[in-house]
Amino acid sequence: MRNVYANTLLVLIWLPFVAAADNTELESIRQQIEALRNEYESRIEALENRLEQAESQAREAGAEAERARQQTETAATGIAATEPAATGTLQQKINAFNPAITAVLQGSFNSYSEDPKDYAVSGFQLGGESGLPAQGLTLDETELMLSANVDQLFYGQTTIALHDDEEETEVEVEEAFIDALAMPAGTGLRFGRFYSDIGYLNRFHTHTWDFRDAPLAYRAFLGKQYSDTGMQLSWLAPTDLYLRLGGEALRGNRFPGGDASKTSGNSQSLFAKLGGDLGSSHSWQLGLSQLWVDARDRRGSGHSHGGGDSASEAFTGDSNLTVADFVWKWAPNGNPRHRNFKFQSEFFYRKEDGRNDFTEDGDTAVLDYDGSQKGLYAQAVYQFTQRWRIGTRYDWLSADNKLKLRNPGGLDPDEVMEETALNNDNHDPWRWSLMADWSPSEFSRLRLQYNRDRSRSLTDQQWMMQYIMSLGSHGAHEF
Amino acid sequence: MRQSAMLFLAGVLLQTVTASVHAGIEVFACEPEWAALIEELGGAHVKAGSATTALQDVHHIQARPSLIARLRRADLLICTGAGLEEGWLPVLQRRANNPRVQAGANGYLEVSDHVRLLDRPVRVDRAEGDVHPQGNPHIQLDPHNIQRIAEIATERLAIIDPAHADDYATNLTNFSQRWQLAIERWELRAKSLKGTSVVVHHNSWVYLQHWLGLEIVGTLEPKPGIPPSSTHLSQLLARLEQHPAQMVIRSAYQNPRASEWLSQRAGIPALVLPSTVGGSEATKDLFGLFDAIIRQLLEAAS
Repeated sequence: MRNVYANTLLVLIWLPFVAAADNTELESIRQQIEALRNEYESRIEALENRLEQAESQAREAGAEAERARQQTETAATGIAATEPAATGTLQQKINAFNPAITAVLQGSFNSYSEDPKDYAVSGFQLGGESGLPAQGLTLDETELMLSANVDQLFYGQTTIALHDDEEETEVEVEEAFIDALAMPAGTGLRFGRFYSDIGYLNRFHTHTWDFRDAPLAYRAFLGKQYSDTGMQLSWLAPTDLYLRLGGEALRGNRFPGGDASKTSGNSQSLFAKLGGDLGSSHSWQLGLSQLWVDARDRRGSGHSHGGGDSASEAFTGDSNLTVADFVWKWAPNGNPRHRNFKFQSEFFYRKEDGRNDFTEDGDTAVLDYDGSQKGLYAQAVYQFTQRWRIGTRYDWLSADNKLKLRNPGGLDPDEVMEETALNNDNHDPWRWSLMADWSPSEFSRLRLQYNRDRSRSLTDQQWMMQYIMSLGSHGAHEF
Repeated sequence: MRQSAMLFLAGVLLQTVTASVHAGIEVFACEPEWAALIEELGGAHVKAGSATTALQDVHHIQARPSLIARLRRADLLICTGAGLEEGWLPVLQRRANNPRVQAGANGYLEVSDHVRLLDRPVRVDRAEGDVHPQGNPHIQLDPHNIQRIAEIATERLAIIDPAHADDYATNLTNFSQRWQLAIERWELRAKSLKGTSVVVHHNSWVYLQHWLGLEIVGTLEPKPGIPPSSTHLSQLLARLEQHPAQMVIRSAYQNPRASEWLSQRAGIPALVLPSTVGGSEATKDLFGLFDAIIRQLLEAAS
C-alpha cells in the first residue's frame, strides 16, 4: 500500500515537467497514472477478498463440522432419492424394462378438383404408396414405434404402420432394424428392415415431414419412400467436418425393385453425406447417393383413362438412380425455439433399361424401354414465431423414354404406345405447394396445405387439412 | 464411382491415423457448465467442448451434423440427463458410431443420476406441459450439486484416463477448496436475498430458489414449455397485486416479451440472469457464473 502512495507521489512530482512535454508523452503519462490507479483499486479489492477469506476461514472451523454433517446428509438423501425406484411391486419392476413406446395418430380432410382415382404422373410408372389419399375425411397412417437397447451390443427399433386401404386395414412393418452398438473405428452396422439412407427426406418418418404429401420425385422414383430389408454398413470420419460414407445391400423386392431373385439381393446403394456449421446460426448438409436396382417384374400402375379397365405394367431390367441433396438450416444463435428457417432441395436422375410388359384384358404386349428421367424439388419452411410455420415447395419432373414395341401380343399397337404410363404425353409434371401449420406443443400439429398440381396434363387444385398427434415417449428428431 | 469412393476412404483413414496421435481425452459436454467443470478438473489432459451455448434452449436443439462429428471422437460424454436432452441426444448417440459414449459405457455420464432432483411431479401427464418425470433437470444452479458432480466426474476421468488419475485427484482437491470458499462467500453475500419473491419465465430456477431461499410466486409459462399467453399473464398480474414480486427472471435464450410486459405493468425489474457458463466475459467460468447471478440478484433486490 505504501508503495502505491510512493509511486503516486513520484508521478505528482513529475507532473510539472511533463506539462511542457509534447502530447504523446503526456498521453503515455496519463496511461501510467491510469495503470497506477487500476493497480491501486485491484489491491484494495484483493485486500477485501483477503479479509473476506479470513472471515470465512474463521467460520470454516465451525462450518467444517456442519458441512461434513450436510455432506453425509446429501449422500444419504442421494441414496434415498433412488430408493423409490427400488421399491414398488414386482410388476412395476418388470415394466421398468419396457421399450420407449410412441404412437402417432394422423388423419386428414382432402379435397381435389380432379378424381384422385385417376391420378398419374406423366412418363412414370407409379408403385409403392404413391397414390393420392382419398377425398374427404381419411384416417392416415397410424404408427406404433418401439425402441430400446436390446443389450450391451444391440439397439432395436420397429415401426408398425396401420393404414386403411378401401374397406380393409393394412398392417405394414415400415421398419424393424437392429443397430450394432460396439462396432470399432467409427463404423456402424444396421440390419433388418429400414429406410434407405439415399437422398435426404427418405429416412424420415412421414409424420416429421414438412408437407402433408411426398415430393413428386419421391412418388415417381421411390414409390413415396424406400424402405427395404437388408443391411447397411457406414463409416463416420473422425474429422470436425461431418463426413459419413456408407453402403447398403438390400433385398430389392419393394419399389423401385420388383421380385427378389438373387440371394445377394437385387438392390445396392452407396451414399456420402457431408455437413457442418457456419457460425452458430447456420448449419448445412450435402449428400450424394446412388441406388442400383435389378428390377424383376416391378408392377406399376398404367394410365387409366377414366374407363375403369386400367392396364397394368411390369418392368424388368436395370434401374439406376442418382440423388443429390442439400439442406440448409438457420436459427438465430442456434436456438430454433422461436424462429428458424429450413431450405431443402433434392435432384434425381434415373436411367432405366429393360423390357416393359403391358397387360390389358388378359393380353400382354412387350416393349423395349430405355428411359432417362430427371426430377427435383425445393422447399422452404419458416417458423416465424413459436408454434407457427409457413412453407412453400416446388416440384418438377421430366421423362425422356425411348419405347419400341417388340411384340403387340394381340393388342392394338397404337393404343399400347399411347396408354403405357411411360408415355409422357409431352408433358413435364410440376406442382406448387403452400403450407401453414400450428403446433401447440412438440406433440401435436395441425396443418393446412394447398397444391396446384400438374402431375398429368390437367390442373388439380388440392386442399388438405391434416393433424399429427404423438402419444407417449418423446421421439428425438434427426437433422 | 465405386473406385474413387474407395480412394477417398483410404485418404480419410490416413488422416484418422495421424489425428489419433494427438494426446489428451476429448470430452463432449451437453451443456457449458459441465464443459467448464471438466476444464477445471482435467486441466491440460482434456479437451472439453459444449454442444450448446448460453443462448440456446437445451430442451430444443437440432441434432446437427457438426455435433454428430464431435461425438464421434469423444472419450467422455457428460450431460445433465433427467430427460433434458431427450429430444436430440439419442439421435447423436445413435449416429455417432462411437461405442465409448453409449449408455452403460464408462464414457457416458448423466450427472442428474448423482444429485437429488427437486420437483418430482406427482402426476405425469402431457396435459401438464413439458414435465420431467424424474424431476427438474436444471440442477446446475445449486453450487452444492456442482461439488458432488465434480467428485463423480473426477472418478470417471480417472477410469477413462488412469495414467493421469493423480493429477485429476489433485485438481479436484484444488477445485473443491476454492469452491467451498466461494460457496461460503456467496451464501454470506446472499443472506439478504432470503425470502425475496420472484416471478420466473420457466421453472428452471428451482435449485437456485432452494439454495438461496428465494420465493417463486409465479411463472410466465402457464405450464412448463408452453409459451406465455395473454390470459395467463393478466391473471398473473392480478395475482401479483395481492402477493407482489420483487423481480421477474428469465434466461438469455428466452423470449423477452412476456417478462418485459410484466416488468412494465407490475413496476418491477426484469432480470436476464445467466443460467450457465458463457455468453459474457463475467460468466466465463463456474465461479464467475454464481458471482454474476448473486450480484445481479442483489442489485435488483436493493
